Formats: sequence, structure tokens, C-alpha cells
Amino acid sequence: MTTTATTPRPEVTAPRRPDLSRILVYLALLVAALFFLVPVYLLIVTALKTPDAIGLDTTWRLPSVWNWASFSEAWSKVSGGLRNSIILAISATALSALLGSLNGYALSKWKFRGADLLFALMLFGMFIPYQAVLIPLFQFIKSIGLYGSIGGLILAHVVYGLPITTLIFRNYYSEVPDALVEAALIDGAGFWGIYRRVIFPLSVPGFVVVVIWQFTQVWNEFLFGVTLANPSSQPITAALAQLSGGQAVSWNLPMAGAILTAIPTLLVYIVLGRYFVRGLLAGSVKG
Amino acid sequence: MARASIPTKAAPRRRSFNSDRLWSLVVLLPSAVLLAIFVYGFILRSGYLSLTDWGNDPAQALSLTPVIKFTGLSNYSNLFGGLLDSRFRQDLVSTLFFTAFFIVACLGLGLGLAMLLDRNPKGEGLWRTIFLFPMSLSFIVTGTIWRWMLQPAGGVNALFGLDPDRHAWLTSNASIWRFDWNKLPLITAVVVALVLLGVASRARQSGNRTQMWVAIACAALLVLWAFTLGNSVKMTPVPEYHGFNLAFIGIIIAAVWQMSGYTMALYLAGLRGIPDELREAARVDGANEWGIYRHVIFPLLAPITLSAMIILGHISLKIFDLVYAMTSLNNLNTEVPALLMYITAFQGNQFAKGAAIGMVLLILVAAVIVPYLASQFRRSDRS
Repeated sequence: MTTTATTPRPEVTAPRRPDLSRILVYLALLVAALFFLVPVYLLIVTALKTPDAIGLDTTWRLPSVWNWASFSEAWSKVSGGLRNSIILAISATALSALLGSLNGYALSKWKFRGADLLFALMLFGMFIPYQAVLIPLFQFIKSIGLYGSIGGLILAHVVYGLPITTLIFRNYYSEVPDALVEAALIDGAGFWGIYRRVIFPLSVPGFVVVVIWQFTQVWNEFLFGVTLANPSSQPITAALAQLSGGQAVSWNLPMAGAILTAIPTLLVYIVLGRYFVRGLLAGSVKG
Repeated sequence: MARASIPTKAAPRRRSFNSDRLWSLVVLLPSAVLLAIFVYGFILRSGYLSLTDWGNDPAQALSLTPVIKFTGLSNYSNLFGGLLDSRFRQDLVSTLFFTAFFIVACLGLGLGLAMLLDRNPKGEGLWRTIFLFPMSLSFIVTGTIWRWMLQPAGGVNALFGLDPDRHAWLTSNASIWRFDWNKLPLITAVVVALVLLGVASRARQSGNRTQMWVAIACAALLVLWAFTLGNSVKMTPVPEYHGFNLAFIGIIIAAVWQMSGYTMALYLAGLRGIPDELREAARVDGANEWGIYRHVIFPLLAPITLSAMIILGHISLKIFDLVYAMTSLNNLNTEVPALLMYITAFQGNQFAKGAAIGMVLLILVAAVIVPYLASQFRRSDRS
């Protein structure tokens, strides 16, 4: 979305003092890119080394023996969490996106007195530190028999995901002209008819943004994962934390585990980055 | 927009009031009820629990039908002044230092990168991808990577040829800028007084003399109180020193690595939204490149900076997973209140104290977020 203005500007000032400032720009970009990429290099080469090849003087070297076994060993430790995370992220994302879409529709197209206040009260849930609700949440999940299961995690993620999904959909639907809704009203459609025939078909880009954003958030979450789940229902972030938390770690394992944990969201970002950034910017409210 | 559409809306509204409007409320009801319980209900419940003694006696903590007694504000007074809870006070100071450095670094780096990309370098999309990709990772992944980078035998020490014995990034227990916790009333009063003086000078500029004098009088009263009565308030029985733990430097680096792409994206969107005509006009008026940034672009970016500060601030005040992944649970030098809450409530079973820490965190975050949400909605009402 920000790529439209790329070409027209620079040529105007280019001929005068051409190259020094350009070179400085590229130099600065290169240094910054190193800061962001060097940890990735280290992550990959460490994951591919045997434990005894990891040490202060060999840290930066490429592995002399490529040790793919780290990945299968890490896989055996995190694959349970991976499965849980897939179930959790898909179901929590689908439910909160659907509810968010309906909420956003009701809040933007059927405004009633107090709708803005209700929306603001809902949004607050997006910012609270979960530590402030964690003990009652834990008690509640336990009392309804969902403690230690993926169900409890799904419930928590759906509820606390509602504010952001509602926000993104509300902002998205407020760009849809009211005239469309009014025309459909005159044609005799009602609340659900308008949603099904007018709003929902227009929602695909909105859903893409919300699904990507919410999937990433749920996948990356950790606090609920360690407090509401037991080892057999823990998400992959908790499994990774356990893998790297021990005292005498051989660093190839947590590095391989980190790669396995990162791949799904990284793929989403690389393939659908534009929508990811849109969700990112929507998260800064801009009401 | 609302004003213009009232006449056209009036007719359908009457027709649809009964069923359609009802449906919109029915649709919102489940979410509203869920959030009312899970956010506001649970906050109230935490607030109540924080006023009890649940778990302060280990025997009651794990009992199925615990005897819970109401103890008023004792958990809070212990946290802020009790001899045993200096750990919480250090965590609180740490989280404030962490937040300040994290925000400044993210804003600086993000703005710098956005300004570079705004000069339309070749391969802009690729650069942007590189700067933003850590945003898609979990704090647990980032923490795991940087934990290795900052290990004694890890990447950073090896890269710069540092002595692993002397550069214990994450476990250093040195701290700087230490101050006596008992001076907290004094420090707070002076800071508030300075803010009031700022208000006074703005009131003077806008010609509001009453407001100016009220602000000056309040500031003077505060300072007077601070240096007389306030100075003799003793929060803890003995002097107690807290400062910025140097072990946090590593965590700040990791957090900036992950989050500065976010400020870059915000600033870049802002820069691209500034019309070229404005720059051209400034250039015609004889401004040089730096002058254009100072007088035209930076003022236009101020609202973005404020948004970014608030979003980053609330993230860093409640940061938990990054610290957990980088230094585990047992490293006192890099502990933050969000982590202490987890340890207190879910490992130590001291639920009331954990709830109190959670409430303190909530108040910190709300102090940042509530004015922001309020101002956002006032603005959207006006437009």
C-alpha cells in the first residue's frame, strides 16, 4: 500500500551532488540490515552444528559437519506443541474473526446511542496486561472443566482476540459507503440479508488482514500457554521455552526448535506481508 | 458524514427499528457479555483478591475451600514499603527504565530507517522486508535467539572479541543511577512540579493568566511539601537503593530488534502521506533538506510518535515472554513485575499478592492507555 509513490520523486535533485549522499544511504541501510540479519545467520549455522562444534572461537564459522539431526531431535520435542498450536491458532482465529466481522458490521452500519462507548470499552480489553485477569481466568477455566485442555486456551484467545478483530472490521466497514446499505434496505433486505449479500462478499480483504494478524498473535502467545494448559495441551511457544530453559543446553537444539516455531508465521509474513503490515498499522487504533 | 446522511437514514430507521436494530444488538450481545466478564468482571475479582490474604498462608493456598480473609491494603503496603518485598520495587524501577530506553531506541531507529527508505533506495521492498520480519516472530523465538547471541560464549562476545568472563550480558548485577526508595515522594513531587511549570508556561503563551498562576502555586506547594513533610516520609524502614540493572541492556537490544520495524512502518506510512507539494513549497522558500525535516516533516509526524510511544509503552510495561525466554525465571537482575506476578501466583501460590502485582501493572498500563483511547474517541466524534 505504500509502494505507489516510489518512482516520481528522486530524479529532480539527483544530478547536482549525485553520489555521496546516495552511497551514505546505502551504507546506512546495509549496516541496519546486518543488525537484523546477523542473528538469523547465527541461528541457522548453530542449528546445523553438532553440540561439540559450538564454542567461542567457532561461533561464526560454518559447520564443518552439517548436523541435520538437531532438527529431528528438536522436532520430537516440539511436534506435540506444534500440533496443539495449529489446532489452537486455526480455531481461535476462525471464531474471533467471524465474531469480529459481525461486531464490526453492527457497530459501523447500525450505529445506536452508546455504540462508540461500547466500542471503547471493548477496545480496552486489547491493552490490559493479562496478569491483571489471570487468576480469575485460571479459576474460571478450571471451574468449567477446561483447565489443561486446548479448549480453555481457545476460549481465552477468542475472547481476548475480539477487541482487535472488531476494531479492524469496524474500521474496514466504515470505508464501505453507507449508500450501499441504504440501497439494500430500500430493496427490502434486512440486517442479515445485507450482511450476507452486501457486506460479507466485500469483506475478503478484511478477513485476510484479520486472519493473518490473529493467527500470528495466537501462534506467538505464551502467557496463556504456560498458565492454562498442561504439557500435553501446551502450544509450541511453551514447548520451545522448555527446550531452551534447561541448565546445560546444547545450543543446536533450541536454535533448531526456534526455527521450527518461527517457520509458520515467517511464511505468512513473507507471502502475505502487505496484509500483515496493514494489521500492524490497524493495531495502532487510528479510530 | 453523520450529519449529511440523517435525512436519508430517517426513513429506513423507522422501518427497521424493531427487527434489524434488535439484531444488531443481539449480534453484539455475546461479545459484550464475554468481554464484560473476562475483562471487567475479572479485573474486579482480581482487585478484590488483592485485598485478601489468599495464599499468604501456604496451608490455605492449595486447599480446595481456602479460608480467605479481607485484609485491606496490606498487600499493597507490603509491596511498596514492606521489608521483604524490595524485589518488587526493584522490578518496578527496572520496568520503567526498560520502557524508557526501549521507546527511545525504537523511535530513533524506526524514524532513521523510515527516512532512509523515504529516499527511494533500490530494492525498497526487500529492505522493508528485512527490517520488519522480526515482528512476525514470537517473543519466545526472539528471546531464544538473543539468549544465544548474548551467552558468554555466544555470538556478540565472539564477534567483538570480548572477554566472556567480563561481559556477562544477561547476568551482570551492576546497576547505575541508583536512588534511595525513600526519596520517591521527593522525586515524584519534583517531577510533577516540573510538569506543572510546563503547563504554566504554555498557559502564559496562550494568555491564560489564572491558569498560569494556579499551576505555579500548585508546583510551589508540591515542592514545599516535598522538602518539608514529604522528605520525612519513610517508605521503608531502612534506606533501600534501586537503579538501572545493566543486565537489561541485552534485553533492550533484543526488544528493539523485534519491535523497531513497527515504528519504521508507522513512520514510513506517515512520510508517504506527506504531499510532495509541501516539500516543494518549503524548498522554494529556501529551506535546505534539514530545514524541511525540522520545520515541515517532523511536526507532521508528531501524532505518529505519540501513537507509537503509547503502543510501545504498553507492550514494554507488560513484557513477560521475552524476559522469560532470555533469562528464565531465576534471574533477579532482569526481573520485571509481569514475571514476578507469574512466579508469585503460579509458582509460589501466593494468589493475593500476585493479584496485587497484577493490579499495579494494570494501573500503570491504564495510565497510558485510557487517556489515549479517550482522546481518540473525542477526535472521531468531532470528525
